[in-house]
Amino acid sequence: MSTFFLILILLFGFLITFQIAKASEYVGVLKGEKKNFEQNNKVNGFLMIVFLVLGLIGVYWCNEIYRGKILGESASVHGEQIDTMLYITIAITGVVFVITQILLFWFAYKYQYSEKRQAHYFPHNNRLEVIWTVVPAIFLTVLVGFGLFYWFRITGEAPADANQIEVTGKQFGWIFRYPGKDHTFGKKYYQNINDGANNQLGLLWDDPYSHDDVVTGEMTIEVNKPVKLIINSRDVIHDVGLVYFRQKMDAVPGTPTTLWFIPKFTTEEMKKREGNPAFDYEISCDQMCGKGHYTMRGVIKVVSHEQYVIWLAGQKSNYDQVMAAKTPAVAEKN
Amino acid sequence: MSNEASIHPVTETSHDVHLDEHAMHHHKETFITKYVFSQDHKMISKQFLITGMIWAIIGGLMSVLFRLQLGYPDEHFQILQDVFGSKWAANGQIQPEFYYALVTMHGTILVFFVLTGGLSGTFANFLIPLQCGARDMASPFLNMLSYWFFFGASIVMLTSLFIETGPAAGGWTSYPPLSALRDASEGSKGGMDLWITSMAMFVVSSLLGGLNYISTILNLRTKGMSMTRLPLTIWAILFTAILGVLSFPVLLSGLILLLFDRHAGTSFYLSDIFIAGGKALPNEGGSAILYQHLFWFLGHPEVYIIILPAMGLVSEVLSVNSRKPIFGYMAMVGSLFAITVLAFLVWAHHMFVTGLNPFLGSVFVLLTLLIAVPSAIKVFNWLTTLWRGNIRFTPAMLFAIGFVSTFISGGLTGIFLGNSTLDIQLHDTMFVVAHFHIVMGVSGILGMFAGIYHWFPKMYGRYMNNVLSYIHFWITFAGAYLIFWPMHYEGLAGLPRRYLDYRQWISFNQFGDLNRFISTVAMITFAVQLLFVFNFFYSIFKGRRVMSRNPWGSTTLEWTAPIRPGHGNWPGEIPEVHRWPYDYAKDGREFIPQTEPLGSKESAH
Repeated sequence: MSTFFLILILLFGFLITFQIAKASEYVGVLKGEKKNFEQNNKVNGFLMIVFLVLGLIGVYWCNEIYRGKILGESASVHGEQIDTMLYITIAITGVVFVITQILLFWFAYKYQYSEKRQAHYFPHNNRLEVIWTVVPAIFLTVLVGFGLFYWFRITGEAPADANQIEVTGKQFGWIFRYPGKDHTFGKKYYQNINDGANNQLGLLWDDPYSHDDVVTGEMTIEVNKPVKLIINSRDVIHDVGLVYFRQKMDAVPGTPTTLWFIPKFTTEEMKKREGNPAFDYEISCDQMCGKGHYTMRGVIKVVSHEQYVIWLAGQKSNYDQVMAAKTPAVAEKN
Repeated sequence: MSNEASIHPVTETSHDVHLDEHAMHHHKETFITKYVFSQDHKMISKQFLITGMIWAIIGGLMSVLFRLQLGYPDEHFQILQDVFGSKWAANGQIQPEFYYALVTMHGTILVFFVLTGGLSGTFANFLIPLQCGARDMASPFLNMLSYWFFFGASIVMLTSLFIETGPAAGGWTSYPPLSALRDASEGSKGGMDLWITSMAMFVVSSLLGGLNYISTILNLRTKGMSMTRLPLTIWAILFTAILGVLSFPVLLSGLILLLFDRHAGTSFYLSDIFIAGGKALPNEGGSAILYQHLFWFLGHPEVYIIILPAMGLVSEVLSVNSRKPIFGYMAMVGSLFAITVLAFLVWAHHMFVTGLNPFLGSVFVLLTLLIAVPSAIKVFNWLTTLWRGNIRFTPAMLFAIGFVSTFISGGLTGIFLGNSTLDIQLHDTMFVVAHFHIVMGVSGILGMFAGIYHWFPKMYGRYMNNVLSYIHFWITFAGAYLIFWPMHYEGLAGLPRRYLDYRQWISFNQFGDLNRFISTVAMITFAVQLLFVFNFFYSIFKGRRVMSRNPWGSTTLEWTAPIRPGHGNWPGEIPEVHRWPYDYAKDGREFIPQTEPLGSKESAH
């Protein structure tokens, strides 16, 4: 009922607007074309400057409101570099934005039609054109320079001592694998995947390296230690989005990708820093992957070195779990 | 008579009307040949325009629906369930599959059917013969086919909205494997096949049109119309057509491979897939990333296919209504050319986080940021065109100024995204959505509005209502900024795009109020577009009549044709051209038409 009411109001609004518009057109004809044009022109010229002023105030105000809500604490070393790059870019583009928008609306206002004014015939000026080809080019070179400097640092090889963790996306969740004590991932083959038999990744039990591989539904990593993620997908393209670590990488079926970073704060520390007791590092899927895309959430616990060692020691390998399920009696003896 | 016409009185009124009548009865036309299977470029242009407008309303309405869900995730709108049924809108809420179908179709429709078909189709067809001084396109028949392929593509796409499993729902980019696997999503069933079919027809339409535009511009210019005497609209359309002809076939090839993967058991894009529900597919060795390369090889030029014609229209409108020549004509042509070349060399900046080799990524960073240079030249030239002008704020002029403003804003955020380092944080977030809506969506549509308002008198021999136009402009312009400016902040906070609901996320749930605000403004802005549609159709039949040939005091050729030109455009000889199209305010004269010979002491531009 209320919907129909709303539509009715809308139609009514349309009708009134239209009638006013039609009437003012007639009034315009009565007033004389020229006078009507000049009045309209004045109003629109004035609105140009109003728009500029309100717009700039709006931009400032928007900044004030959302400053605290964007870019939560950058929790990785790479993140700091990305934030620095962001501030450099905001500064340069911000200046250009303010200057050009002011010029645009100011010119529109200042040079609005007047009977006395004669437009200035000014078809080109080579010096001016060279200036605004060269100056932007210089600023862009600076931005490219900084950008690529950080880019190669961030996408460069992970340090040799980095912990390796394999992340696999599926509709709609994440699976994590740790290489175990031998620091080597066992072989896997996707045809071997069997959710019913607790082999979500299709590990090959013939390969002894796979026997100590730990498979979990939540990721735990240690603070201040480089971690390298090897990213896979089981079905469609997903994306490992780590907003606090400022990292992102697609998970592509058939083509493993990698990223690495150094977490700076444990989850507990971040709870205090963010002032949010419910805080958790989240993995968001950032590549459209189907109807559950927006629910594809993973959790990363960042813990101290000691906690990490204890946690890892407490994990049962995927192989042991499977074997235990097959022969319960043997498993219990072990 | 127009408000503006009285300032530059032209005394040829009764003569014009007589010529109109004469031209109309040049050769006998039935309703079918005149309005349906017309080969007159002007009618084809109107067909493109009106089809595009219908699509714009449908596509816009879709955005209202999904913004409703984003802005008011707790509400239950009974009417949604009544209209769309309980599969798509159970309990009056947009269901995930419906949401993804909506965003996918919104993107496809607006990018291809409105801002490519609607924009290029309308203004290339309308302006090329009229501004070059030609009777019609090089091949009127192919031109007609171009529209009817577009129409066919439209019908197929429209049909896909009504099938049981819904239309395509994998995003407008339709990345495989999601779009290749029927089991991965409802939208990857029949809807996807219709999407591919429709897009294939669209590509055919675009190629037929593009080849025609290029050959007409190169071969059918009137006497004296050298390339450097062409208005910038025509230059922009020429480059647009070249972009389209070279890149659309690549998309088609990508889609054909996708079709093979879907139905012929090939593995171009598929490898190592275990689909939910428990079966491992036999496909091995394909590369899902290959599709992205093929798609973006069109996909990136596509955004220039949208923005270049808008730039052309805006350049013309700015110059005419500033009563000044466009500043730096050759630089404007040169920057269009530079953008066209660079458009082919930047596609992989959409793929920085796909596992692309970082070195290759760095090359694309460099090439991408290079585009900012010609873009900056254009912006500064537009600003200088306004400087010391004598500006008339016609509705078209307002939209042109709006275009420059949004193009600056959106262009600058492109510098963020083109920088791979920042793209790591911003990729696939709401920042991207805000960026391309401002720079491509809003700018493109503002440019299109500028064109419609400016050439409406030429198209229909009547004016649109000024007051409605002003209301339309100011609300649209302010609305666009209110919608998309704050959206950048969501993106900086890392909010992923294409999310239906952010409330379960600890990292992303801080913008509930903002989403409600954006949705509300979006609905108001959409409603105002309906006002424009009403104004458009009302004015075709009831608008004030145009009484002089050249109501805006313009120099270009289309304004030397009769008020309602018949098929063939000029009743007698095609006028000869003697000068460039931007002789405004020269030698103390308000404007000098292109058809006027140079004075004995006058220097050519």
